[in-house]
Amino acid sequence: MAKSVIHTQGLTRKFGDFVAVNAITFDVQEGEIFGFLGANGAGKTTAMRILCGLLEPTSGQASVAGYDVYKQNEEIKKHIGYMSQKFSLYENLTVRENIQFFGGIYGLTRKELREKTDVLIERLGLNHEADKLVGSLPLGWKQKISFSVAILHRPKVVFLDEPTGGVDPITRRQFWDMIYEAAHEGITVFVTTHYMDEAEYCDRVSIMVDGTIAALDTPSGLKRQFNVNTMDEVFLQLARGAKRGE
Amino acid sequence: MKTFVAFIRKEFWHVLRDTRSLVILLGLPVVMMILFGFALSSEVKNSNVAILDYSNDDASRLLIDRIDQSQYFSVKERLTSEAQIERVFRRGEARLVIIFPQHFQDDLLHTNQVQVRFIGDASDPNTSNIVINYASSIFRDYQNELTEQKKLPYTIETETRMLYNPQLKSSYNFVPGVMTLILMLLGAMMTSVSIVKEKETGTMEILLVSPMRPLLVVLSKAVPYLFLCFIDVIIILLLAVYLLDMPIRGSLPLLLAESLLFILTTLSLGLLVSAVVDSQQTAMFLSLVGFLMPALVFSGFMFPIENMPLPLQIVSNIVPTKWYYSIVRAIMVKGLGFSYVAKQTLILVVMTVIYLTVAIRKFKIRLA
Repeated sequence: MAKSVIHTQGLTRKFGDFVAVNAITFDVQEGEIFGFLGANGAGKTTAMRILCGLLEPTSGQASVAGYDVYKQNEEIKKHIGYMSQKFSLYENLTVRENIQFFGGIYGLTRKELREKTDVLIERLGLNHEADKLVGSLPLGWKQKISFSVAILHRPKVVFLDEPTGGVDPITRRQFWDMIYEAAHEGITVFVTTHYMDEAEYCDRVSIMVDGTIAALDTPSGLKRQFNVNTMDEVFLQLARGAKRGE
Repeated sequence: MKTFVAFIRKEFWHVLRDTRSLVILLGLPVVMMILFGFALSSEVKNSNVAILDYSNDDASRLLIDRIDQSQYFSVKERLTSEAQIERVFRRGEARLVIIFPQHFQDDLLHTNQVQVRFIGDASDPNTSNIVINYASSIFRDYQNELTEQKKLPYTIETETRMLYNPQLKSSYNFVPGVMTLILMLLGAMMTSVSIVKEKETGTMEILLVSPMRPLLVVLSKAVPYLFLCFIDVIIILLLAVYLLDMPIRGSLPLLLAESLLFILTTLSLGLLVSAVVDSQQTAMFLSLVGFLMPALVFSGFMFPIENMPLPLQIVSNIVPTKWYYSIVRAIMVKGLGFSYVAKQTLILVVMTVIYLTVAIRKFKIRLA
């Protein structure tokens, strides 16, 4: 059996009386692509922030890459990558500078940085754009660079918070190729999305409703369980029962 | 440490690439020095004067000549009746009307007493005060010339010496003022805006999930501004010394060290703002209204603090600019040493520590 990289047990986070995340329990295996779905306000972002070491849980247990979220959140930060729904590179730095900066804050040495930067630029096919300001590039490219930067330091897990928002279908497809590649290299991918076709690409999918995990299985397993043909329908069936709005 | 360096390098890229901010950062002190040095002057020169001379004798003509020749006045008009005075002021043709009575010279020489009337336009009280002072001193000089020949029985001679600034140059006042304002404005505003910008664009999130300590993230954002503000201090001092001939009487290293301390104070204020505010506009507004206004009013640069009502005098003590302004004046103008500014220095240190502590606390709360 594969090693579990993310482990949670009854993980709960309250904001005052509001229970944003309500006793969720799940495991994510090494090298897995784990889809973390849910309507807006279901508690996805809060759960993700806890796992990234940004937020302390109210109760329950969780560990990421073998480190405890209560005590070792600084260790966690060293072993994860993160890319957010908002665009997360510096627009007024060049592609090369962005790569070097983010590599730098993860403690890569100068030599490592230079090598990795060149390899990455080559791989992304950005030889001509390497010294252009990121602000001048199309969104799809930015997202690809963003992802590459998030896994530059070879993290155990990479958290992707709606990485393909606003991107055209072709670029999305290419983006998912990159995700597969990363997973193939052993990086666990934890991804939130609102696109149900993307949910189909995941190894396993969890769907959050009102702070709890309402379903967790492989996409085909979920479809069988709810007796429908698409992930879209699975999602609608579950989300319709939600009490929390936006 | 390596990560810290990477971060600072990136901040410099940001700052150096943003031409607009850079122009403000480095251009503002130059513009302000030149404005205050050459364009804005509290001296009133070439005021128009109207004369109503009923006697038209040697003495009155001599005085009128002297007034006209002084750099402060030019005699624009000779009036013939009191009825015209009103009109002169209404049209703004003169700031001052001088009325010589009939038999001016005769009365002066024979009865030993004569009255001259000055009529000023007090719709602008400061200027008219200054103008009347200038005019009075011309008359006093003339009187002194007359009395020199005979000894008056009871006279008190006042001998005035203006210490530290014998020529009453306004640069002695505004150079410390400009330094204080610039550092306050740039230090607090630029830092807070640049940090809040990262919050707005979402890059702050990425930085916070990185292994960098949040405190380090925030501190390293302040580093480039520390440099730039220090460069501004040097620019201002160079302009003061070489363009405005204002000497630095005290120790230059002490002045620079105190400036560095004040820059730290303003930067920590900027950090404090960015800890509580979420948008660039709010940060800018807060810095302008919350810092620049009090800095202007309570530094003692424009309005003497001693003249304020007691509650405001008390308030002025919590404004850091007041202390820095007095430090710069003490060192630059009076040439005093550290022991004379120790109190102010200590106050600034305490303020900086308080701001920083609160700012860091606030940051932690937001991250919890």
